[in-house]
Amino acid sequence: MLTSRHPLIHLLDRGAVLFLVLLGAFAIAIPVLNLLVPSGSTFHVSTYLVSLFGKYVCYGLLALSIDLIWGYVGILSLGHGAFFALGGYAMGMYLMRQIGTRGVYADPILPDFMVFLNWKELPFFWYFFDHFAYAALMVLLVPGLLAFVFGWFAFRSRVTGVYLSIITQALTYALLLAFFRNDFGFGGNNGLTDFKDILGFNVQSEATRNSLFFISCVMLAICFLICRAIVTSKFGKVLVAIRDAESRTRFLGYRVEAYKLFVFTLSACMAGIAGALYVPQVGIINPGEFAPANSIEAVIWVAVGGRGTLTGAVLGAFVVNYAKTYFTSGFLAEYWLFMLGALFIGTTLFMPRGIIGTYNHWRANRAERKDAERDGAPPLASPRAAE
Amino acid sequence: MVDRQTTSALLYLDGISVSFDGFRALNELSFIVEPGEMRAIIGPNGAGKTTMMDVITGKTRPDSGDVYFQEGTVDLSKLDETEIASLGIGRKFQKPTVFEMHTVEDNLQLALKNDRGVRATLLWQSTAEQEKRIDALLDRVRLKPLRSRIAGSLSHGQKQWLEIAMLLAQDPKLLLVDEPVAGMTDVETMQTAELLKEINRHHTVVVVEHDMAFVRELGVKVTCLHEGSVLAEGSIDDVSTDERVVEVYLGR
Repeated sequence: MLTSRHPLIHLLDRGAVLFLVLLGAFAIAIPVLNLLVPSGSTFHVSTYLVSLFGKYVCYGLLALSIDLIWGYVGILSLGHGAFFALGGYAMGMYLMRQIGTRGVYADPILPDFMVFLNWKELPFFWYFFDHFAYAALMVLLVPGLLAFVFGWFAFRSRVTGVYLSIITQALTYALLLAFFRNDFGFGGNNGLTDFKDILGFNVQSEATRNSLFFISCVMLAICFLICRAIVTSKFGKVLVAIRDAESRTRFLGYRVEAYKLFVFTLSACMAGIAGALYVPQVGIINPGEFAPANSIEAVIWVAVGGRGTLTGAVLGAFVVNYAKTYFTSGFLAEYWLFMLGALFIGTTLFMPRGIIGTYNHWRANRAERKDAERDGAPPLASPRAAE
Repeated sequence: MVDRQTTSALLYLDGISVSFDGFRALNELSFIVEPGEMRAIIGPNGAGKTTMMDVITGKTRPDSGDVYFQEGTVDLSKLDETEIASLGIGRKFQKPTVFEMHTVEDNLQLALKNDRGVRATLLWQSTAEQEKRIDALLDRVRLKPLRSRIAGSLSHGQKQWLEIAMLLAQDPKLLLVDEPVAGMTDVETMQTAELLKEINRHHTVVVVEHDMAFVRELGVKVTCLHEGSVLAEGSIDDVSTDERVVEVYLGR
């Protein structure tokens, strides 16, 4: 028997269990509907949709990583797309090295864009990327290290609030400009594309696409559990304390910058994983992923779903991206950005807690009222009720 | 003034000056607090009471002067807030600042004297002994029935007490208490005075307060600040009849 004080009870509350069950069902149902249901059936899910949903799951993971720092520590990163893109580039470099002689120029070592630029040998930072394990390590290490160095300076100098948001924005914009340059060594404007296979499997094949979708769901579930474990621990309580009263937390003796740095770095690694899973499913990574607008869009997903709820962030990413896919394919396409802007303003004005946050709030209020009715006492929220 | 090498004082301030944009918030401020003492600091608005607390807790660096802790062994002007807090100096703010989104219990849990490191808090588990300490603290500040209440829903006076309980949870060597009875009813004020006297049995306390009735109730040595330095020091009767103090307060 688990007592009510057992940490597992906090880790897996009702919402978390529901989330994992739904995610599991989604992870199994989509490949089944794609692979086992004949393509004529109404229930068949096309391979295009499998990859589209896989993309949403990656966005969900990015949103989760943003919610961990924004919802729980109050760090509003408007440059989290940078960590996502860096993870994506690390994976893209691995995929480029796998092309080998199948490229247009058939160079066994050099990717096409290097041959095109007349480069004679592989730049040192492309070394070892033909090994998957090394690339996977870089997926975590590059975003993590950048976040660590950036955070170390920013948090130690106590840069907070809007100033921090602005420099994260500058960070991703600087990377955008750098990656656009041909001589930077990452394919410039065109980025990395034309991938052939991953770990020996054809990236275009149905089986690979379904596997990538499934793995994305598994990674999202793992990262969700890590985030839950963090926010339900005492560490998580310190994070919320920092969010609500930073200097008070300092006067209690907590080293605020160490807490922020840890969680910011972890969040960047998660964003990197999301990017790495995204790239083989969409088949391209280019500097556009660093665009500040992308990072801002990801923040909107979190706001819509409900910040500080984890599940809300993922839900927000799904809902907004589904809407984006739906509206940008019809005659409303050119108005999408206006709709996105209106959505953000609307959320901020009328539903500041987001979808899940509003639901939780409503449920908490209802439970409180019920308690009060049962005990015949005034509701808990009224001050001095116990005096 | 006592030499810092030979002082027995817990807190030793000598010739502290702090200026903000040309305004001298503290002007050659010197005073000492002995271990086990309770000291009341009074003074009109702008006398430098809060700035003095900021200097002691590392929020503000003095332009000149010495701040020493524990018989002159620790130079506080070289440390930051976190280091000073872990040395054992706890601070209650003028405006009650509890963690509004956490329960009363969690507020105390966060304040309890424990390893404050990242790894320690990640792996932390509550123990029966800590639960007992929290129970005892809640009893002491009369908040036991409100244990699982969100701190943001407490009344003003209850928040003040919760913050005092958080101070106690840290088990500090020195408590700095900034205007603990601001906004309290008369009854609450007297209860707070009792609470502070009780706390003083085991802790050294410095209280900044405007409320003269409260200071009188404490019955301890009083230091009156004015324009960033000490104007008068002594018992409440001596200080309140001091002509310069009367002049400063009544503005004759």
